[in-house]
Amino acid sequence: MSYQGKKNIPKITSDRLLIKGGRIVNDDQSFNADIYMEDGLIKQIGDNLIVPGGVKTIEANGKMVIPGGIDIHTRFQKPYRGTTSLDDFAQGTKSALAGGTTMIVDHVFPVPGSSLMEAYDQWKQWADEKACCDYSLHVDITHWDDTVKQEVDHLVKEKGVNSFQVYMAYEDYCQMTNSELYEIFTFLAERGGIAQIHAENGEIISKEQSRMLQIGITGPEGHVLSRPEELEAEAVFRAVTIASQTNCPLYVTRVMSKSAADIISQARKKGNVVFGEPIAASLGTDGTHYWSKNWAKAAYFVTSPPLSPDPTTPDYLNTLLASGDLSVTGSAHCTFSVAQKAIGKDDFTQIPEGVNGVEERMSLIWDKAVTTGKMDENMFVAVTSTNAAKILNLYPRKGRIAVGSDADLVIWDTDAVRTITAKTHQSAAEYNIFEGMELRGAPQVVICQGKIVLEDGNLHVTSGVGRFIPCSPYPDFAYKRIKARKQLAVLRAVPRGMYDGPVSEFSLSRGGTPSASARTSPTKQPVRNLHQSGFSLAGNPAACGPPTPEDLPIRPAGRRIVVPPGGRSNITSLS
Amino acid sequence: MSGYQGKKNIPRITSDRLLVKGAKIVNDDQSFCADIYMEDGVIKQIGENLIVPGGVKTIDAHGGMLMPGGIDVHTRFQMPDRGMTSADDFYQGSKAALAGGTTMIIDHVVPEPGVSLISAFEQWCEWADSKSCCDYSLHVDITEWHRGVAEEMESLVKDHGVNSFLVYLAYKDVFQLSDAQVYEVFSVIRDLGAVAQVHAENGDIVAEEQRRILEQGITGPEGHVLSRPEEVEAEAVNRAVTVANQTNCPLYVTKVMSKSAADVIAQARKKGTVVYGEPTTASLGTDGSHYWSKNWAKAAAYVTSPPLSPDPTTPDYLNSLLSCGDLQVTGSAHCPFNTAQRAVGKDDFTLIPEGVNGTEERMSIIWDKSVVTGKMDENQFVAVTSTNAAKIFNLYPRKGRIAVGSDADLVLWDPDVTKIISAKSHNSTVEYNIFEGLEVRGGPLVVISQGKIVLEEGNLHVTEGSGRFVARKPFPDYVYKRIKARSRMAELRGVPRGLYDGPVCEVSITPKVMTPVSSAKTSPAKQPNQPVRNLHQSGFSLSGAQVDDNVPRRNTQRIVAPPGGRANITSLG
Repeated sequence: MSYQGKKNIPKITSDRLLIKGGRIVNDDQSFNADIYMEDGLIKQIGDNLIVPGGVKTIEANGKMVIPGGIDIHTRFQKPYRGTTSLDDFAQGTKSALAGGTTMIVDHVFPVPGSSLMEAYDQWKQWADEKACCDYSLHVDITHWDDTVKQEVDHLVKEKGVNSFQVYMAYEDYCQMTNSELYEIFTFLAERGGIAQIHAENGEIISKEQSRMLQIGITGPEGHVLSRPEELEAEAVFRAVTIASQTNCPLYVTRVMSKSAADIISQARKKGNVVFGEPIAASLGTDGTHYWSKNWAKAAYFVTSPPLSPDPTTPDYLNTLLASGDLSVTGSAHCTFSVAQKAIGKDDFTQIPEGVNGVEERMSLIWDKAVTTGKMDENMFVAVTSTNAAKILNLYPRKGRIAVGSDADLVIWDTDAVRTITAKTHQSAAEYNIFEGMELRGAPQVVICQGKIVLEDGNLHVTSGVGRFIPCSPYPDFAYKRIKARKQLAVLRAVPRGMYDGPVSEFSLSRGGTPSASARTSPTKQPVRNLHQSGFSLAGNPAACGPPTPEDLPIRPAGRRIVVPPGGRSNITSLS
Repeated sequence: MSGYQGKKNIPRITSDRLLVKGAKIVNDDQSFCADIYMEDGVIKQIGENLIVPGGVKTIDAHGGMLMPGGIDVHTRFQMPDRGMTSADDFYQGSKAALAGGTTMIIDHVVPEPGVSLISAFEQWCEWADSKSCCDYSLHVDITEWHRGVAEEMESLVKDHGVNSFLVYLAYKDVFQLSDAQVYEVFSVIRDLGAVAQVHAENGDIVAEEQRRILEQGITGPEGHVLSRPEEVEAEAVNRAVTVANQTNCPLYVTKVMSKSAADVIAQARKKGTVVYGEPTTASLGTDGSHYWSKNWAKAAAYVTSPPLSPDPTTPDYLNSLLSCGDLQVTGSAHCPFNTAQRAVGKDDFTLIPEGVNGTEERMSIIWDKSVVTGKMDENQFVAVTSTNAAKIFNLYPRKGRIAVGSDADLVLWDPDVTKIISAKSHNSTVEYNIFEGLEVRGGPLVVISQGKIVLEEGNLHVTEGSGRFVARKPFPDYVYKRIKARSRMAELRGVPRGLYDGPVCEVSITPKVMTPVSSAKTSPAKQPNQPVRNLHQSGFSLSGAQVDDNVPRRNTQRIVAPPGGRANITSLG
């Protein structure tokens, strides 16, 4: 808070900054050192740094200096049926910075049927104009055809997008079938992308929604009643299965329930490359509020998948986050006003979905997970920043305090206590779903792009300074394993002679196979070659004896096969 | 072994009367020693020193185990497939069943899509009535879905004695139903009091994998198992469990072939789902390593769906789950095809007709793998081979139990006999037996079906067409007691709130409709006339405190704290 050296230098070059006496916290270790930044980059780390005169210096007094948070899931100024969510990129990023988050990753949502590129350009334009901090973009795939395929290819190669979200919910709108998921995942795996999913079984939800409305339940409680957590868990399970088949890294957005989190941890134990993203809401509050008699309050909690009515959920999710079973945290910040929520006042299915959380995310996790002793400050950095940077392939530029990394830093005050309320929050929303919650741990100083944006409780943000950070494909964090598996997953056929025994007559009328076109040469009637044929009804036992090593087909990883296939047969001849 | 009680010179043996002396009677709950007297195909007396008519044929059991005849809950005899018919018809199939100690089979009616369920059902009845050698019943498969099918299901349940229907999550573009359709079918099944059976494999993924594997040039039977990995089976089981939970419908998973699928069932049961799992003779007795056999015909003989798992520890694992009760019933899914029929798929594994043998081997394999190894006792053996099936499908105690009044379907079991399974000696007509060469311990010594001896001293005496159709009533107690209690609990109530009369944002209707239930929106016409704000009625207040009440929730949701309570938020803004 003082100027090093001479005090009468005329102009403060805010591009140069020194943090003295901080305790640097990365995801792997904590150590005491000074940090010198210039032009938005960390230039030096160490003791007794030699820095130019007149540099603004911040005395950290032994407080923790952590990499700025990365909110990997926001939906600022999201269009919804002609209206737009309250917090635009300016308001949203301002909230983010106020909470210690120095980078956000927003979701581009193209209206089904429209161009991904146009939507991407639109979002980028909005963000470039308004964002106060660096940002990246995920693109949601809301329909699937060859045009979309080309656009995805283009986005990966030219536009710095490496993550695409697909929806298993929202039937008849942006929901994908299993076959489409398979194709998308296959395609993303080839291109080095990350497949993100919104996991809920949309078909069953539609049925349940109709049932709720039929029995006269129209309030927000119908939202959670029609979307029980089993439907979330089911969809996660299905997505894991498809991702495993296609050898594609999977990222589950918005893990809201214990059951869904359990499926993810089980899948990880089985070796699947899957990441789970609980959000501020699911880590901080629960779904009991849907039964509030105050309609507006109940409606404010509406998001999908819904908050679980089980009040032990937040604690459970924090535990899994601490143990590493869940990997990253977002906020899915997407707020609407009461008047906007009231679009669904007579029908809960019409309530625009989304909750706040971008500002509260870091403090919530500190309070729920670090002060309770579930995780240490290094794990805190991992789940709020580093892991996200690794998945997005931005590491170590983001998510780490190291020489050469971006100067996005937070001096964290572990003892600060504040009470969350809509009166003081930065969001434009009238209500805060964490209203009244007292949280320990808050940012004292926030440095974004090497500039101080929060100091002494005052925010100094500049709209439009946020840069788009392109994410390149094949992030090591996910793809090292995927590549190794791909090499193993080559399938080989069993070499056999031609079958030349009798063949029954059959009719094709049933169309029992979707791959009829792939049948090989039904017209060829090869001459029986006894030397080549491995088929014999009175067969020689040796013909199906143990296979030689080169006969062993290699199976995809993840299948638990213990003995060599084809071996071990206790059957030696056909009678 | 058997002699005639009393005078030996009675001219005519009334084979309708039979006495078994000195048996150890084995039910699923206990074993005890007693004599049994049967007449007209029904057990009339059980006890010691029975008073029976003279001249009754008597079997001396010498303390051997007498148990209820096996019920094979899953057969597909003479099943049509693309103009072919599976090798064993109802005669051959039921004969093989009896030879193995199974005295009742439940076959699957598979209506071609577009064909009426009832006419298919009648067709199967006709085939079975003319040929079956033992009692039978029928499951009906739902191969397509529309309103007419629901009406036919009702008729089948109410008038035709069917209480179980199978849906397919696999066979895309043929039999496969969507999740929404499965939801509707399960709802109908629950209302009718039937049991929902499911063929669990994700058909969408299987179709994609089949295409991929054929593209890579893999056309042999190994492609069958490569394109249907066990994860795909487990996924579908998990999905079926979820839909069954939502609809509060009892679920029965046919052909549990893998550890993963069995694990999903075991977990679901721990969470309270009403779900039953049926491993088959094949999955309990052998594994899928044979798909890689260099002998095409041998490899093809194992083709069935879901496929046998290539993991050779699978049979042992499934036997363990069967022993501990996580899996409950066993079938054979007996549907073998001969080699020439299999060869339809010689250039493309997706065309190989599916199905394996197992109805004859089922009892012996389970005895050998589970009882001999000490995993289960003889009572549990009776439960998984007979009693549980009778309970689930509402045949109990007529079938599945030795009790006065029950059908005289009995097996005198020899726990020590050993036999090597081979196509040379089996009763099926196919050239190959998937258990070829397997030595099993335990087999039937005497088999009594409908009060008549059909197997004795190694000789089969079966009568074609003697099998009766056994009608089954809906709402089996074993299944529906819990379902009924849950549906009483599952009533939902809305939160009573005043009318919201604050500002409402304008919306454009033109783009997408987020919900398929737009018709249910209430009175959009009322909106223009801006009601006067009535503060007495309105429960909405931006600065208001809330009084929340307790609302009962559905029992499947794990809610610990009272809903709406515990709010740490007391005011808006």
